[in-house]
Amino acid sequence: MGVGIRVENLNAWYGPTHTLKDVSLHIPANRATALIGPSGCGKSTFVRCLNRMHETNPTARAEGTVMMGDLDIYKDAAPVEIRRRIGMVFQRPNPFPTMSIYDNVASGLKLNGFRKRRILDEIVERSLKQAALWEEVKDDLKKKSGASLSGGQQQRLCIARALAVDPEVLLMDEPASALDPVSTSKIEDLIFQLKSQYTIVIVTHNMQQAARVAENTGFFLTGKLVEFAPTHKIFTMPSDKRTEDYITGRFG
Amino acid sequence: MSALPQRSPGSERALRLRRSLTDHLVTVLAVGSTILVLVPLILILGYLLYKGTSSLNLDFFTKIPAPVGESGGGMANSIVGSAVVLTLASLIGIPVGIGAGVYLSEYGRGRMLGNAIRFTADVVNGVPSIVVGISAYAVVVVKQGHFSAFAGGIALSIMMVPTITRTTEEMLATVPLAVREAAYGLGIPKWRTVLSVSLRTASPGIITGCMLAFARAAGETAPLLFTAFGNQFWSWDLRQPIAALPLQIYTYAVSPYDEWHRLAWAGALVLILLIMISVTLVRIFAGRGMLKGGN
Repeated sequence: MGVGIRVENLNAWYGPTHTLKDVSLHIPANRATALIGPSGCGKSTFVRCLNRMHETNPTARAEGTVMMGDLDIYKDAAPVEIRRRIGMVFQRPNPFPTMSIYDNVASGLKLNGFRKRRILDEIVERSLKQAALWEEVKDDLKKKSGASLSGGQQQRLCIARALAVDPEVLLMDEPASALDPVSTSKIEDLIFQLKSQYTIVIVTHNMQQAARVAENTGFFLTGKLVEFAPTHKIFTMPSDKRTEDYITGRFG
Repeated sequence: MSALPQRSPGSERALRLRRSLTDHLVTVLAVGSTILVLVPLILILGYLLYKGTSSLNLDFFTKIPAPVGESGGGMANSIVGSAVVLTLASLIGIPVGIGAGVYLSEYGRGRMLGNAIRFTADVVNGVPSIVVGISAYAVVVVKQGHFSAFAGGIALSIMMVPTITRTTEEMLATVPLAVREAAYGLGIPKWRTVLSVSLRTASPGIITGCMLAFARAAGETAPLLFTAFGNQFWSWDLRQPIAALPLQIYTYAVSPYDEWHRLAWAGALVLILLIMISVTLVRIFAGRGMLKGGN
């Protein structure tokens, strides 16, 4: 089951650049939450702070409180532990190029020391089914490299890989921006199904996509969260002038 | 289109001719350079085959050198000796080289120690091999009190480490950040990511680097002169002097006897063939079980 995330006064820096300024919001459990905003507005930085990926960059720094359920992820846990519970799907599909499809999906478990073959088999099958990829790859699970799949398949493989470690939250950083419309709609269908079991946060440049998949939407601008509200409200009667300008295409 | 100045049909034709000429000229230059690179290689191999094959027979691979004045004999002990010394050198040089490369690429970026190691590796790479031999002599042979296969292995491993270190570093640098991030995003710790993701993704290039270092070490004579020293007999003791192909070739080549000269040619041929065979075998075995990306 998914778990909610509460963020309070989150600030983030890359070197001297203050990229995220005093962001506070509540991401409800088992819902899809979309984050929109122009390039460089801090939405990617924001999701990378949620699973502490932000700090893998040596110049990066973050301050503030992020609560996952009752767990303060910056105080009570190690980064690797957090990342197992908060999965991530990146903008460009990034399967491990030298691993088979099977090993890609199993990697999160195998590389953390889990070796029980029968259970791994089950998890790989279940994850690939959840990611709607099983039918397309079940015959060459161990024969083909993850990199030999098409772009859309690779992205679903990456989703399966993230699901295999059984996270509670799934962060998706523009998961469909490098894909064609057919693959994009497959990913969106997936998000729809997955949110019954996971809390999903999706960064997107595509406002129709936000409107289609997310219950709540947040609008970021120059490192600040301008507005956070139910999606239909953001798109029909935004309370902030800047939000309205952005969604009506007046800038950005 | 309107932004471009109008050209007369005549100058248009001249321009097209010039482009096509330049294109051909560059192609010819590139092909010519390739041939220039290949010619010495083919000449060396051809000449070795021509000079060496006549002295190759079963004795060459099964017998030890004949005493001065007697004819016949072979280089069996040198072939085995080279294999022993090279195995030792690889056992020391490959792990140390890869380890240092991993440190440079994954941990030592922008640090003093990292820069120091990188600089040292480049300097050692340029040190004449005879100097490496003398260093190994001073450090190992003098301490032990005698020449040994072990000292030869150390000397050759010093020759191997810089190449392996720098190739490992460069190959790891080509692993995309996205691939590492994928591993971090799954909660895989950094050390595991380095071992199972980055090194694995970079392994074809790293293996090539190791093979280059191995092939170079296999042909080195100078570092072995006062370490492995050479031996006219069988020796299985790592603490004793041991024969090696380059040493035996050297001894025979500078000798005054025609038959020894012929044996030296045969030895050189065998050395090159053995290097080619071992490099090919490693490539075949390392390529197994490795899935290649489709795009």
